[in-house]
Amino acid sequence: MEIHAKSADRNLLLELSGEIDHHSARNAMRELEMAVDAALPKNLVLDMSRVTFMDSSGIALILKAQQRMQLLDGSLLVCHVPEQAKRVLDAAGIGRLVTIR
Amino acid sequence: MKKNALNEVTLTFPSRSSNEGFARSAAACFAAQMDPTLNELEDIKTAVSEAVTNAIVHGYPDAIGTVTLKLRVCPGNILELTVKDKGRGIPDVEKARQPMFTTGGEERSGMGFTIMESFMDQLLVRSVPGRGTTVTMKKKLAPRLKTK
Ligand SMILES: Nc1ncnc2c1ncn2[C@@H]1O[C@H](COP(=O)(O)OP(=O)(O)OP(=O)(O)O)[C@@H](O)[C@H]1O
Ligand SMILES: [Mg+2]
Repeated sequence: MEIHAKSADRNLLLELSGEIDHHSARNAMRELEMAVDAALPKNLVLDMSRVTFMDSSGIALILKAQQRMQLLDGSLLVCHVPEQAKRVLDAAGIGRLVTIR
Repeated sequence: MKKNALNEVTLTFPSRSSNEGFARSAAACFAAQMDPTLNELEDIKTAVSEAVTNAIVHGYPDAIGTVTLKLRVCPGNILELTVKDKGRGIPDVEKARQPMFTTGGEERSGMGFTIMESFMDQLLVRSVPGRGTTVTMKKKLAPRLKTK
């Protein structure tokens, strides 16, 4: 998987693409943390539109992002979640913890 | 081959994380003969990914071991998936199946079994500490009109 970062005015957009599994999540976790540490955003948006597969490894990634943003007193929005990933998030009840649109 | 299986295949591979993607693609390829919907294929891939990742991450935490993936077509358009490791095992399976229970630290969320349960019709977990874990899942695929 890949993460593409765009930032402006303390808004950080991370576009995720490809397959998010245990194999890819370790690097993704590091990249996400580095991007957040560099931008110190007020608002973080994870755009999932190009994610082709996601399992529970993606949940840990999203919860990590949420935790980081809480430390920065900022907000997290997860958007454009494809069908399969949405069902994974729903099965885990992540919608109660994270804003998904 | 198991008595009532109409077709089956067994794959064994070392517990390297690069095999997670292989395992779920192989399962989807095998299931294709059952004429599944796209959603059903995604359910199968997701469940296989969870079970295989568990074998790799929790079964063999500090060594490379062997993971076996068995795929079966059973009467009634039922797909049976079995993921087996000879790793560490689970001391308390009932507890391990609870949502959010994890021994995997912050890289894991403790939702794997919950996802397998929700994406499959049946989930059976057998485990002996020190001997290994076998996860068996079944899913009935919707009958489809044959156009051929
Ligand atoms: N094959 C296995 N061998 C040994 N222990 C296992 C195995 N599968 C699961 N477990 C134990 O059961 C727990 C729960 O598994 P589950 O898949 O639900 O969550 P997780 O793997 O911890 O997190 P997630 O799947 O959300 O990334 C694991 O943390 C681990 O302790
Ligand atoms: Mg798991």
